[in-house]
Amino acid sequence: MIADWTRGAPRLTYEYCPSCGAAQAFPRGFCARCGSTQVETREASGLGTVASATEVTRAPSKELQAYAPYTLLLVDLDEGCSVMAHGETGLSIGARVKAGFSDFGGAMTPVFVAV
Amino acid sequence: MSRTPYLRGAGLLRFGRHEGKSTLDLMSEAAQAALDDAGLKRGDVDGVVCGYSTTLPHLMLSSVFCEHFGLAPSYAHSLQLGGATGLAMTALAAQLVAGGAAKNVLVVAGENRATGQSRDASVQTLAQVGHPLYEVPLGATIPAYYALVAARYMHDHGISEADLAEFAVLMRAHAATHPGAHLREPIALADVMASKPIASPLKLLDCCPVSDGGAAVVVSCKPGAQTVRIRGAGQAHQHQHVSAIRNFDDLGAAASAARAFDAAGVTRGDIRHAAIYDSFTATLAILLEEIGFAGRGEAGAMARAGHFARFGALPLNLHGGLLSYGHCGVGGAMAHLVETFLQCAQRAGPRQVADPALAFIHADGGVMSAHVSLVMERVR
Repeated sequence: MIADWTRGAPRLTYEYCPSCGAAQAFPRGFCARCGSTQVETREASGLGTVASATEVTRAPSKELQAYAPYTLLLVDLDEGCSVMAHGETGLSIGARVKAGFSDFGGAMTPVFVAV
Repeated sequence: MSRTPYLRGAGLLRFGRHEGKSTLDLMSEAAQAALDDAGLKRGDVDGVVCGYSTTLPHLMLSSVFCEHFGLAPSYAHSLQLGGATGLAMTALAAQLVAGGAAKNVLVVAGENRATGQSRDASVQTLAQVGHPLYEVPLGATIPAYYALVAARYMHDHGISEADLAEFAVLMRAHAATHPGAHLREPIALADVMASKPIASPLKLLDCCPVSDGGAAVVVSCKPGAQTVRIRGAGQAHQHQHVSAIRNFDDLGAAASAARAFDAAGVTRGDIRHAAIYDSFTATLAILLEEIGFAGRGEAGAMARAGHFARFGALPLNLHGGLLSYGHCGVGGAMAHLVETFLQCAQRAGPRQVADPALAFIHADGGVMSAHVSLVMERVR
């Protein structure tokens, strides 16, 4: 098991299923498409395409309001699955992006920038 | 042999602020109103279905409510499906009656969502429909999740923010004719466009308010004074998390609606009145288009042209919807249900449309995650 940003490591990971070729972002230990339990945790390249973007002005808490406005993205990773992440301001749908990592509210967070 | 499930009575509270009222207070008021409307006593209720309350997060809300209100049904439980809960409860009640498991099922919701907690608490609780590790820690909120869906919809189909704003204006105009609506002050397109940003493209007036309120219906094997039946229901569940959406043009609403139309043996073109979930202006536009009541990218323009007004071709959310009648949680979509019942029963007073013989109701829960559709009919 390779640690990802949710465990404080500066990387994106995904599960790959050798049986059916599916890629899934949320780790499960099995393939949600074919049911195989032989999934592999792989490190993602961090490259992807912006599927959607929003600039959040109203944060869910006082602590996070200090970071507002911040950009939330959905990114289609080149490996074939999608993730939610932060992004630099002004990214448009369809933009090619690459992941970096920085602090948000005291935790490591993926932040995509244009490539 | 299957029995026909009728909507026998309904109760809908004023939405807004009910200072000092609890979830159980509001559920009880709605339940009493529905029983009175149905001409039933507590002892007639043999089934109870309720949902959940964010201000009363209990493992057994149905039992708590039954004890509090004074019911001893032979069948009761809660179910949870986010904003689609009220319609799922009603569809289940119809199945229970059709299958003979109960004769009079009380479907009840109520919550002091506005006055029972801080605004931040409400925002944070609702954000938990997102993924606890991969979405919520990013500072995501319900408006942000929907904003991601809305931004993609606008990009793919050439929609402007002004197109979406049409629905905020329309819902407010409808709410002005309902004394129970949370927000009744008329608004113009410019007001929506100038309202403060929440999560782009959504601004404050693109978002429904957080309300206190309650609603209840009785689904019965016998009709009330007017014969209104639940003719068909459908559901679809294609994802939970917005990160897991694979096709933004196929979120589940089309499949859910098609199943309801098939179950009812009707087509979309037979529908004369619609009540559709409108947590955000974009929610309403996307659902109308995916269900097929508007062509792709055309919902806003059709709203601008009066298509969804009271005297339009397809009257929509004549009580003001979530955007202006208000949203108290499970009771939110049940306001759509009660309005549709009143329209079918020809009891909607100044909001009455001419011939709503066949009506359609749809709600989604989560972020376009769980879909429930109902077809309601006035039987002549």
